[in-house]
Amino acid sequence: MIAKKDLEHMGWLARLELSEEDKEKYTPKLNSVLDYFGELDEVDTEGVEPTYHILPMNNVFREDEVNVPAKPLTQEEALSNAPKKQDGFFKAPRMM
Amino acid sequence: MYDNPDGVMIGLEVHVQLNKLKTKVFCGCTTDYHNDPPNSHVCPVCLGLPGALPKINKKAVEAAIKVGLALNCKIEEHTQFYRKNYYYPDLPKGFQITQYDFPISSGGHIMIEGEDGEHRVGITRAHMEEDPGRLVHEGTIDKSKYTLIDYNRSGMALLEVVSDPDMRSPKEARRYLDKLRNILEYLDVFDGNLEGALRVDANISIMGGQRAEIKNISSHKGAERALLYEIVRQKNVLRRGGIVVLETRHFDEAREITMSMRSKEEAHDYRYFPEPDLVPLKISGWAPAIKETLPELPDARRLRFVEQYGITDDHAKALTSELKLAIFYENVAKKADPKTAAVWICDVLKGELNYRNLTIDSFKKEHMLSVIGLLASKKITEDGAVDIIRTLLDKGGSPDEIVAEKGLLKVEGDIVSTAAEEAIKENPQAVADFKAGKEKALNSLVGAVMKKTKGRADARAAREVLLGKLG
Repeated sequence: MIAKKDLEHMGWLARLELSEEDKEKYTPKLNSVLDYFGELDEVDTEGVEPTYHILPMNNVFREDEVNVPAKPLTQEEALSNAPKKQDGFFKAPRMM
Repeated sequence: MYDNPDGVMIGLEVHVQLNKLKTKVFCGCTTDYHNDPPNSHVCPVCLGLPGALPKINKKAVEAAIKVGLALNCKIEEHTQFYRKNYYYPDLPKGFQITQYDFPISSGGHIMIEGEDGEHRVGITRAHMEEDPGRLVHEGTIDKSKYTLIDYNRSGMALLEVVSDPDMRSPKEARRYLDKLRNILEYLDVFDGNLEGALRVDANISIMGGQRAEIKNISSHKGAERALLYEIVRQKNVLRRGGIVVLETRHFDEAREITMSMRSKEEAHDYRYFPEPDLVPLKISGWAPAIKETLPELPDARRLRFVEQYGITDDHAKALTSELKLAIFYENVAKKADPKTAAVWICDVLKGELNYRNLTIDSFKKEHMLSVIGLLASKKITEDGAVDIIRTLLDKGGSPDEIVAEKGLLKVEGDIVSTAAEEAIKENPQAVADFKAGKEKALNSLVGAVMKKTKGRADARAAREVLLGKLG
């Protein structure tokens, strides 16, 4: 069961601000998702190899070649969507 | 036996940048960014822009296998990547691509010089991951108003080498770091002189308490200092009847203290899940071929030096503790007496380099050979040889020039004899003391001879000449 405080924790982890209304609305929704996983859990998977990846492939590599396949962005391009910048750096609030 | 009175247990997580690669781990951006402006070597992949797809660098995987094998690890049959989710400005995507329950290698060990001789430190695992960006704070981290971010480093290939909690003192932790760095340099996957090449998190506990994880350690010396501080702190907490709690602490390098970083993030709720953009790797089959290409590692080279050149184990250890020094020695030892070369490189040159904060790159092999040659042909004294080495480091030039300029050619025969006679004449008190049985009085006479010859006489020869004349 997901309680309101679990939802608040998830919201905090995802840096989402949830209103009281959001919390009322999403707690039951997430619980129904969880219930569905509960149903899946009942399937007998004895002897079945876990699925690590949905593509039937392994070992996809690139060679160690500079700027292949694409050239890097310029500093100006890299910073073009940054809300705040300074001396070529992205600028963000301090975090501890 | 070392009895470890406080029950100290230290485990280290060392982040090693595979900076000898040409490109980052998941994109083609260059690893050669150290002298360039911020955010000038970035692309949609290492900036985490929507829709960008990572593709793994084959050479990075080979380097990881190389390191795993050198650390005596098993290379796993199946290895894959995960997303480790957390919000911090150094991670542009909101997650770090790393490994979790299927690391590329695990279950190894290395030998270090412990408190009581050879000591085995287990390697839990060495896993691959991407480096986050570099954060710059104006002033100190706790005073700064903003965080400035440079993503040039973002996406550099990292190996996180996790040790078992097998170290029993800060000194052992430092020795472990020295040894690990030494091995990595021998493998040619890593240049330890580049900024941020090797970063350490340390886990430490003492008997009766839980462990603290110390972050932000950026040097081997820093690791030792942080751990020494932490042992004292934990002992004080226990002595006052307190509880040493499980927590993350930040090392303040300037003040040499650790500080608690209490935050909700403590919960370490990373919600790992398999990285859908990278398919699993099945590369254990590469291991035998890569093993063939492994170079001679420090321990093997040390044994060979003792056997092949007949030098002491201490000298062999000192010479192999740095790859460049070992190569330098071997080049000299091929053309000169290997034992003399070991003495002059380890006992003199190394100290003079350390004193000046220089590396062996600052000294030419040819110069070492001519100094040894001058000594072997008895043209200069040992003091003269030291003088030449110092002058080469401070002013440059060549040994022959320095010998000529400073008049270092050894004087013998008549000149020493005359100097000895003068010394006897000018120091009647010392002569009387010596004749009265005070053997030490002879030293001041030898000193006087050396002074008269400006240090160019051989002290032992001067002593004998003096004895002859006094006897």
